[in-house]
Amino acid sequence: MTSTLEIKNLVAVIDGKQVLNGITLTVPQGEVHAIMGPNGSGKTTLSQVIMGHPKYKVVSGSVRFNDQDVLALTPDKRSELGLFLAFQYPKEIPGVKLLTFLRMIYNLKTKQRLTIMQFRKVLDPLLAALQVDATFLERYLNTGFSGGEKKKAEVLQMALLQPAIAVLDETDSGLDIDALRTVCEGVQLLKQQTGMGVLMITHYNRILDYLTPDVVHVMIDGKIVRSGSKEFAKEVEEKGYDWLREGSV
Amino acid sequence: MIPQKTIEKTDAIFAGLNRDTFDHKNQSDYAKLATRGLSEALVRKISTAKHEPDWMLQKRLEGLRLFLEKPLPNFGPDLSALNFEEIIFYVAPGETAGTDQASKSWDDVSPDIKRTFERLGIPEAEKKMLAGVGAQYESTTVYHRLKERWEKLGVIFEDMDVAVQKYPELVQKYFMTRCVPVNDHKFAALHAAVWSGGTFLYVPAGVKVDAPLQAYFRMNAENMGQFEHTLMIIEDGAEAHYIEGCSAPKYGTSSLHAGCVEVFVQPNARFRYSSVENWSRDTYNLNTKRALVAADARMEWVGGNMGSCVTMLYPCSILQGERAHAEHLGIAFAGAGQVQDTGAKVIHSAPNTTSSVIMKSLSKDGGHSIYRGLLTISPRAKGSVAKVKCDALLLDDHSTSETIPDMNVHQSDVTIAHEATVGQIGEEEVFYLMSRGLTEQAAHALVVNGFIEPIVKSLPLEYAVEMNRLIELEMEGSVG
Repeated sequence: MTSTLEIKNLVAVIDGKQVLNGITLTVPQGEVHAIMGPNGSGKTTLSQVIMGHPKYKVVSGSVRFNDQDVLALTPDKRSELGLFLAFQYPKEIPGVKLLTFLRMIYNLKTKQRLTIMQFRKVLDPLLAALQVDATFLERYLNTGFSGGEKKKAEVLQMALLQPAIAVLDETDSGLDIDALRTVCEGVQLLKQQTGMGVLMITHYNRILDYLTPDVVHVMIDGKIVRSGSKEFAKEVEEKGYDWLREGSV
Repeated sequence: MIPQKTIEKTDAIFAGLNRDTFDHKNQSDYAKLATRGLSEALVRKISTAKHEPDWMLQKRLEGLRLFLEKPLPNFGPDLSALNFEEIIFYVAPGETAGTDQASKSWDDVSPDIKRTFERLGIPEAEKKMLAGVGAQYESTTVYHRLKERWEKLGVIFEDMDVAVQKYPELVQKYFMTRCVPVNDHKFAALHAAVWSGGTFLYVPAGVKVDAPLQAYFRMNAENMGQFEHTLMIIEDGAEAHYIEGCSAPKYGTSSLHAGCVEVFVQPNARFRYSSVENWSRDTYNLNTKRALVAADARMEWVGGNMGSCVTMLYPCSILQGERAHAEHLGIAFAGAGQVQDTGAKVIHSAPNTTSSVIMKSLSKDGGHSIYRGLLTISPRAKGSVAKVKCDALLLDDHSTSETIPDMNVHQSDVTIAHEATVGQIGEEEVFYLMSRGLTEQAAHALVVNGFIEPIVKSLPLEYAVEMNRLIELEMEGSVG
């Protein structure tokens, strides 16, 4: 049985302002879905509502995964359920070493108590795959990381937690072409190994060359206005978004 | 300076600490018989019981006179609820410890008291990582021992009462004379009058004690007062690290801790003084700590203040010799009903002296933390550099913090930097961490651990683990 993330008619508000206007979206495990759309269309909001950010209030609609009501769960329980969000702007946590943090979340997820030595056996192959220097581990979580380093640290966490569904919020932004390839290969590998489903939010087609989507959705004003194949993404890139706005077709 | 071992091997010593460890109290029938309140008769009784030389008795009597004369401090927290009539200022050793002498073996310590220190992890830490240990229970040192290796090199690590008898020249020269004089302030005078127990450390020139020495001060009975005296002399080019731990059970009535620490760091010497003070929530912790730092010497204060109802503690470094350096690192945690009025005093009185103060405070459940700092640069202190950084973290919106820095600068050729921040644990940070599987409480605890990390990392690993554990205990129940 494959597990599926099912979002139905999702409406969410922040400070009385409606930011998601009825999103319906289904992401089965093993598939890659891309969401594109202009700035301010609600893409990041969607990713944060899926993960349970307390600042958004869900007014109606549902998010279900594996027959569970995701909206009833706190973010940590959503993580336990197998959801993961790679943040567009990962938060800096000074004083907490990346290694300490990675071991902590890995031990939590796997209900183990690995020592640093034991954990390094798990971690080191991932560092190599993502071309991350081990000195990175001694730095404080995301603190003073470059944009690219932050994204790599996100993917590193994803690889350790092995989610069923990963939401990547503009993981491609801030990456140079080599780093983008490395990161995408990492995601691709994880997908092959674990059958993870991916929902990636992006501005650019560039990432789609490395991580081929099964479905491409365009989101405008808090709504998915059209979905299609990879070719649809090309069309969007050529023509922009305006022709997809309501009333313009 | 101190070699650190890997965490897997040693974190077990203090990992089991919990609230019961500190709150557990032994029988204290002796307290019923003990005299409450302060009088000349009591001061004379203490001195006689300890067979002290006349100069010490005179010092005590002078202390009593000055204590009665001097007003309470005209700054800081309200001390009006502290009732001196209720406090037991002294309990004779036979009454608590069953023996007059500090033991050299834990087997000779009375079983109740021994178990208390075992719960706190002291004998185990001694075995694993310390060069020497002292343990004080109420007014009396019950155990004091220095490993032989250091004894042979001429290091003296003794119960302060014993030091008065065995090393009178050293003690008379340094005890409450140049560093913390008896007339310094009201609680220093009180301390002089009723001091009992504590630690005397003498490290001869050139000797580098590479494992920490520790003393643990435990109050047990209700309304106790503890007034240990700590005197440390680190001779030319010598090095040492001393750790002090303190705790008391909770009764709901006031107890008083007014210790005094005097440190002499001689030329080229290095000394680190670490303390983890975890007094119960009914303890007034009014402590005086001061170091005189000679040329090219280095003094480091590392402190964590967790418990007590009111703490007033401002470790002081007086940089007397050229290029002397002082480092102050501190954490204060103020919970419900607590006032942590802590800080640092640095006096630059010689050229090219340097100092760095980093203080972190946490306030929660309406707790109030205050950073009170004094930086004085004398006209002689040309070319000096002083840095002060204090950060406050508020764990909820009904807790408070204040920063009261005072600077007296009498020399223009100096570099001074002062930075203060106040922050709250951000919703975005908590969401980020929770999205990785941490509970809300664990996310808060992690942010807090990160916040205090710059201080904790300068403690030996075992104590860093203890400090983190204590903070965790304070954090319990802080979320939802």
